[in-house]
Amino acid sequence: MEIVLALGIGVLAGSGVWLILRPRTFQVIIGLSLLAYAVNLFILAMGRLRTDAAPILLAKGAGIPAQFADPLPQALVLTAIVISFATTALFLVVIIAARGLTGTDHVDGREPEA
Amino acid sequence: MNWAGNHLIVAPVVLPLLAAAVMLALGGERHRSINAVLNVVTALALIAISATLLCKADAAPGGIWNVYRLGDWPVPFAIVLVLDRLSALMLLLTSLLGTAAAVFSLARWHRAGVHFHPLLQFLLMGLNGAFLTGDLFNLFVFFEVLLAASYGLVLYGSGSVRVMTGMQYIAINLVASLLFLVGVSLIYGVTGTLNMADLAARIAALPAGDRALLEAGAGILAVAFLVKAGMWPLCFWLPGTYAAVPAPVGAIFAILTKVGVYVLLRLWLLLFGAGAGAPAHFGGELLFAGGMATIVFGAIGTLASQDMSRLAACSVLVSSGTVLAALGLAQTGVTGGALFYLISSTLGLGAFFLLIELIERGREPGADVLAVTREVYGEEDEPESEDEAGIAIPATIALLGLAFIGCAVVIAGLPPLSGFVAKFAMLSAALQPNTAVPVHSWVFLVILILSGLAALIAMTRAGIRVFWVSEREAPRVRLIEMAPVAVLLLLCVLQTVQAGPVMRFMQATAQSLHTPHDYMRGVLEFSSMRRPAGGT
Repeated sequence: MEIVLALGIGVLAGSGVWLILRPRTFQVIIGLSLLAYAVNLFILAMGRLRTDAAPILLAKGAGIPAQFADPLPQALVLTAIVISFATTALFLVVIIAARGLTGTDHVDGREPEA
Repeated sequence: MNWAGNHLIVAPVVLPLLAAAVMLALGGERHRSINAVLNVVTALALIAISATLLCKADAAPGGIWNVYRLGDWPVPFAIVLVLDRLSALMLLLTSLLGTAAAVFSLARWHRAGVHFHPLLQFLLMGLNGAFLTGDLFNLFVFFEVLLAASYGLVLYGSGSVRVMTGMQYIAINLVASLLFLVGVSLIYGVTGTLNMADLAARIAALPAGDRALLEAGAGILAVAFLVKAGMWPLCFWLPGTYAAVPAPVGAIFAILTKVGVYVLLRLWLLLFGAGAGAPAHFGGELLFAGGMATIVFGAIGTLASQDMSRLAACSVLVSSGTVLAALGLAQTGVTGGALFYLISSTLGLGAFFLLIELIERGREPGADVLAVTREVYGEEDEPESEDEAGIAIPATIALLGLAFIGCAVVIAGLPPLSGFVAKFAMLSAALQPNTAVPVHSWVFLVILILSGLAALIAMTRAGIRVFWVSEREAPRVRLIEMAPVAVLLLLCVLQTVQAGPVMRFMQATAQSLHTPHDYMRGVLEFSSMRRPAGGT
């Protein structure tokens, strides 16, 4: 499971980095989204990988922490997902505005001279 | 501590949030004058609150006046707001610049778009929260709040130049935020806590095998802050963006780079200060070298600048580079001087950003920035220019020139104003007479003085070109636009006149920053000390 997750994060992050270095705004925004997914998975992994473990303690008594998944990274991931979703939406609006104002989807606002 | 006193610490976050919410509910266009009044009143209230907090923090034993537990959970688990001298100082600086920007915008800028006032308040909320919080992830959330507001403000007034630079600004900051998250989660994975004080306590006891991971996390985290602070080579986004934003936004953005600097001051000295055991002073050399490179890059940038907005943007780089380099020296006295410099240069740069718009107003539309400005006002301003241009202050040019000289003196660090006092304090602390002076300090001395010279040359050239060479009519400036500039500069004068007490405060701040043990004990034991007898 570790290797699958690590590969997943690596592929997402690698593709994301490659895409945000591309010259078209659409590629940049997809790259940012992929990077955000990679980061979210990474945060989850930092709470240690556990299967079949609930992230909460028992209703009565303290319980044994070793039986449970760490709830904090899951809460952090939720926050991070919401924030990255919102900022991506905002960025999308800016990209559309830039396309409208400059007439090109190049990140420099003009086509490179061939 | 009574009830109101106890909750005063959260007011700098809640008040702007409420004000902005009310403004949004009122709507941007129809109730603009109400919004404007609300904005200025809130900003003034923030000054009063943060000045009160500053006095309380200064009087408090150990430098920590209050640790405010949101939700009243016990400390290592709760998100806490911590008020010590440094955060109180930054709060006051933020509210001063916020008020200046709000008042300045009343003359014309707040009519160039829809939501200037609420955006400014959201920005203030994010800044205040980032300065107050004692929790790493909460810091991320407040960073996002202030960044989201700053995206709106960068794009404020529209125009293709602003949208293009804004797009790059947003992309850079989104990537930096992702790095922030990676760093925070790595640190959490290693230490199992997000509370800054708890973190500092655990780092000293960390097993040697985990050190590499912790340092990797801290390094990635630092990259996120250094992008914000504009350290070379992470600063190429900064000059273009800062040169394109509207004047009042530029004034408040003068403190935006200082957020990154603030977090480094706080976290680096807390986590990797003298008491951290093996990882102590991790990355200090890099911080110093990066700060130096930033100063050099910024100084060359000021010399190469064609228009004043770019000159101001490059001066922002010099300013944050100086503080970073001084921090990298990791000496208490130098840090105290650097804090003095941080305040003085931020006030000076804020005034300069506002002043540029007034100076450039009467000039030929050569500069890019001016072209953008014209574009914005092209349709809207023509009909109302007759009555809106304002009264011509007698000898406007003399006043503008005087203010320009004031800005130049503060930014270049010449006597008699506060910039000189700040640089003198840093250098005299770096070159202690009794001990052998390390090479670092000599390099710092040379580069600091040369950067001052570069700033002076660039400012003189710009001043001659604008005030002496060009034959033109005096720009018409309204009193409400001139007042914030004058007040910011007078604050610099005040800082110079009262240099003794101010410097004592800065040294006390630096002292407590360099002895993180007090901060850790203060935060971790504060609540148990004052918890009511009945428990939570």
